[in-house]
Amino acid sequence: MIAFENISAGYGTRPVLNGVSAAFVRGKVTGIVGPNGAGKTTLFRVALGLMPASGGRVTVLDKPLGEWSRETLARTVAYLPQGSDAHWPVLARELVALGRLPHRAAFAPLSVADAQAVDAAMDRADAMAFATRQMNELSAGERARVLFARALATGAPALLADEPAAYLDPAHQLRLMDLLREEAARGTAVAVTLHDLALASRHCDEVIVLSGGRAVAQGAPDVALSDSVLADVFAIAAERTADGTVVARRRL
Amino acid sequence: MGETLTAATAPRDTAWTVTLVLFAVLAASFVASFLIGPAGISPGAMFAGLFDGQGAAGVIAREIRLPRAALAIVVGAALGASGAALQGLFRNPLAEPGVTGVTSSAGLGAVIALYFGLAAQSAVLLPAFAIAGALASAAILFLLSRAGAGAMALVLAGVAIASLATALTALALSMAPNPYAMTEMVRWMMGSLQDRTALDLWFAAPLVLVGVALLVSAGRGLDALTLGEEAAQSLGVNVASVRGRVVLGVALATGAATAAAGAVSFVGLVVPHVLRRFYGYQPARLILPSALGGAVLVTLADVAIRIVAPDGQLLLGVLTAMLGAPFFLWLILRYRREA
Repeated sequence: MIAFENISAGYGTRPVLNGVSAAFVRGKVTGIVGPNGAGKTTLFRVALGLMPASGGRVTVLDKPLGEWSRETLARTVAYLPQGSDAHWPVLARELVALGRLPHRAAFAPLSVADAQAVDAAMDRADAMAFATRQMNELSAGERARVLFARALATGAPALLADEPAAYLDPAHQLRLMDLLREEAARGTAVAVTLHDLALASRHCDEVIVLSGGRAVAQGAPDVALSDSVLADVFAIAAERTADGTVVARRRL
Repeated sequence: MGETLTAATAPRDTAWTVTLVLFAVLAASFVASFLIGPAGISPGAMFAGLFDGQGAAGVIAREIRLPRAALAIVVGAALGASGAALQGLFRNPLAEPGVTGVTSSAGLGAVIALYFGLAAQSAVLLPAFAIAGALASAAILFLLSRAGAGAMALVLAGVAIASLATALTALALSMAPNPYAMTEMVRWMMGSLQDRTALDLWFAAPLVLVGVALLVSAGRGLDALTLGEEAAQSLGVNVASVRGRVVLGVALATGAATAAAGAVSFVGLVVPHVLRRFYGYQPARLILPSALGGAVLVTLADVAIRIVAPDGQLLLGVLTAMLGAPFFLWLILRYRREA
């Protein structure tokens, strides 16, 4: 779905990504892990055309990123930025409806299909209960679910979510991961950055480990999150439960 | 499903009611603005004068009262819509046209025209200079926005432009050739719709129309900006173009309004804020209602000053600032409490 070939990118003279090759595949949940500043968000920004790559090539559905128009790309790749929030206390449902903008002509009202997509997205994100409440009346976790529904409402075949689990309680973190799995089961290419290695190892099909702007390991969770990678990249020793979930034990 | 539908349509009904009320108030205050004035002509004579154009009543009706009443609508609509669009762009309810420096720059242009006595040579020159001033400040903001400046940088640049324009205006005042010229400048800067002619109206109305159209065209992008710039871009919105359209639209609308009426402050701040509770928080939905609300507020204020001070000692800009400034302070206190 989205392929990175030897991508380099940076802010000014500071390089952030250094020759990363990776792919987000349809039907799979790809987890991206790495310490702060490893380039996780930058990888997403490059994939969305929000910042240019200084080297390498990004293709979306086998077509180079540069050949995509802004509008068609918006219908193809949905993005949930890190720490995103609503800047106005709009109603939750209105906020989710913004996810339909790429499908709507200028000044066109919400169509029946749009309204259905909005309702379905809110349902799936478990946010229907506060559809008619203002965003400022909701807790951080509730807002996160509404914002997640906004990204789902676009109905794009690729979904990039930057730390969507950050404000969620454990139950909703698990619900979120289930939801990402459901999206993947519908054929969506799901990519998600995570700090929680347990979530990454337990719920992702593929894991990409970024460190210092390089993809130091990738593959199935047990392969990518090997003991040596955990030691080198995160400086931790970990235990594994019976199902392969990684639980950080102690600092090295 | 049914529950969400009724809940979603209820605020829309309020919006329609408020819109009807605003139109009714606007119509009433427009008529009042037409009928009230220092000449003390009876309503019957005014209407007769309007239709037959005969005698003193005819001249006053057609050349003084009607342009003044219509200009109040144009000026108010420009300021209201500009305020709503800017608050959307900066995602901040405390933004208003003044923060872009457009108002001060238009003022500087007008003061330059007055300083060099150009305004006396031709009635077109003062508004033309004011518009030129507004567009000059907009051009600076536009270039900055093209160069990738974010919303915060634009606000800071606007503040810098406003300070520079204010300083140059003060310089022109202190170097005024005679006390009469100085009085002219000061009175103009205070904002007034007194002694305006149809020429001012024909000058301002098209520019305001184009400006407001630009703002409306940016509405969808402003809505998307509720999610932040990156999310808006990922939804296919060209954020730089939205910024450019808002800056240019505000410059044309507010510039033309300032050229016609001088500095009328706080309308662009207060109106969108009051209307938000009726029309919802989505920026696009607020732009046209704010134009309507602005027209109501300026027309009402212009009627009020003629009732309170029939001798013309109270100027429109002074009244809006006297009412607007306390409101602004109250607004800041309220936001501090909520934060």
